[in-house]
Amino acid sequence: MTTLPHILRQNASEEPQRTAVVFQQRNQPDQVITIQTLYFNALRYGQILKEQEIHPDEVVIIVLQHSADLIYAFFGTMFAGAIPSIMPFLTEKLSPEHYRKSLRSLFEVTQPAAVITYKEFEAEIHQAAQNSSVRKIFIVENLPSIVNCEISSLPGFERPSSSIVLLQHSSGTTGLQKGIALSHQAVMRQLTAYQKAIHLSAGDVIVSWLPLYHDMGLIAGFLMPILLKVPLVLMSPFDWVRSPVLLLRAIHNYHGTLAWLPNFAYNFCAQKIRSSDLDGIDLSSLRALINCSEPMMQSSHEMFLQRFQPYGLKVNALATCYAMAENVFAVSQDGIEKPVTLDWIDRKGLLVDKIAKPRPKGGDSICMVSAGKPIENTQVRILNEKGDVLPERVVGEIALQSDCMLSEYYKRPDLTQAAFRDGWYLTGDLGYIANGEIYITGRKKDLIIVGGKNIYPQDIERIVMEVQGVYPGRAVAFGVFNENMGTEEVVVVAETEEQEPHRRLEIANQICFQVNRSSDIVLRKAILVERGWLLKTSSGKIARSANREKYLREFQGTDRLEFSTDR
Amino acid sequence: MDELLDDLSKFIAETILQNPSRKIEPTEALISSGLLDSFHLIDLANYVEDRFGVKIEDTELNRQTFDDLEQLCKIISDRMRRK
Repeated sequence: MTTLPHILRQNASEEPQRTAVVFQQRNQPDQVITIQTLYFNALRYGQILKEQEIHPDEVVIIVLQHSADLIYAFFGTMFAGAIPSIMPFLTEKLSPEHYRKSLRSLFEVTQPAAVITYKEFEAEIHQAAQNSSVRKIFIVENLPSIVNCEISSLPGFERPSSSIVLLQHSSGTTGLQKGIALSHQAVMRQLTAYQKAIHLSAGDVIVSWLPLYHDMGLIAGFLMPILLKVPLVLMSPFDWVRSPVLLLRAIHNYHGTLAWLPNFAYNFCAQKIRSSDLDGIDLSSLRALINCSEPMMQSSHEMFLQRFQPYGLKVNALATCYAMAENVFAVSQDGIEKPVTLDWIDRKGLLVDKIAKPRPKGGDSICMVSAGKPIENTQVRILNEKGDVLPERVVGEIALQSDCMLSEYYKRPDLTQAAFRDGWYLTGDLGYIANGEIYITGRKKDLIIVGGKNIYPQDIERIVMEVQGVYPGRAVAFGVFNENMGTEEVVVVAETEEQEPHRRLEIANQICFQVNRSSDIVLRKAILVERGWLLKTSSGKIARSANREKYLREFQGTDRLEFSTDR
Repeated sequence: MDELLDDLSKFIAETILQNPSRKIEPTEALISSGLLDSFHLIDLANYVEDRFGVKIEDTELNRQTFDDLEQLCKIISDRMRRK
């Protein structure tokens, strides 16, 4: 078994001039980074880190925008034998105080030795790093462009394949406490199994706008292409969200064959791209557009297909994947050179009996989109509350076992232990298996997934409860599926004693404002209710799912069983 | 100018925030406050193009170019005049 630095070294000796990454930035010519350029620059970073006494197994936090330097710093940290972790960059809407708080909470758990960032950010990082483990802040603008590097002396080439190669966090206070630690061997085993599942070949070109602090972007849209020598066309999520046609143009210009998207992006592209921007675009090179990281909707696939079939999009290009960072990335895959399997089942059977009974399309049936069969190194089971294995078509918690699981939640043995039961990782997702294929029906834990991003409701609630006028401790946050957007939307319900209408409006606006400034989401709806409206559990905790149902009944007029209420 | 302000305020409140009772003040921060989600900036640009026939480029959808309605209206009316 080998390590990631060894693979990069071998790639650089085999095909140094092959394109590793085409980096796209608005108003700038595309930047072609060859395998050799990437390798040399990563070595440069590795040498600099080593000279500054960053030791093997120490964590280095990278706070950089989508750029060549981000790529070099990430692999360079590995060459130094240290563990890179990419922290999302400060967005326009986030308050600097909140960002500093997030950094501090990340520093506390991961105990990083260093941070790599820009000059403009130095003061910010300095402040956050006070009294922390951080010994060194590297400023990319100040780093030497040439260093003497003795490759054989870099500790990154001496690491065992079982050592931790990277950390991955999801967002928010809760997510930052839970660093998913992956080993070299786990990453390579995942890639070996996954490349077979998607029939990856030297002729492929991967196109991605996905952020690199998320498994889909980091593994499928970054590490896999670079390590397996598949050219990657990379753009920033910041640019893509302002001009979604950029993805389609990149597919056209570079004959892209593969891309991964969260479900909302299908709706987003279909609804917002102007026809005038699509002139001459040809999408026929695309062999798989893989829907992953949030509930997959057939309606989103249909909307996308209808809009882009005239531009050469193949029907069979639509594919699906079930993935999680704890398994490095993919658990299962469907739709490669075949249509995605659809399963029409009885609505009531699913919601009441928790059984997926087949039922002809129409009326009271719902369309489930398959996430496919497990990839070859991963086994999947459906368990009931007691941990018994359930038969096909019975809904329960999805559990998995593989040779590419996380090493641990970094420095959190308590969380690591709680995540497994008899050697099986409990995903917290609910679903069933039919004909060996996995279908996801909902979630056990109170997690909200907005546009593929995991949001912990407790983080949002904590912000809301600090707003003046909200009754102490009486607020709840949950997700409601928005069919039009193809993703969940966060709704906040908070109790107040304020009666005056103007004051109430102010409180509601203030809730939205504070959530927007202090979290990764944008809150459009804050509902104020009277004292005593919110339901509590017997143990006195605010019951999220019960309050969510009450909200849907009272504010959205949905009293029939909605499929989405289970999500 | 006032008409333009009202028109845009109404569009943001009704279509983007889905909260028709919300009034957007001319100098209220739109982007830096997170009031306008990055997912909705393109809606604003598309609306301006359809309604007033002027283009706001995707590279202009940031707070350096405009962060409130007053600034946005100035860009729109300048471009309308130049046409």
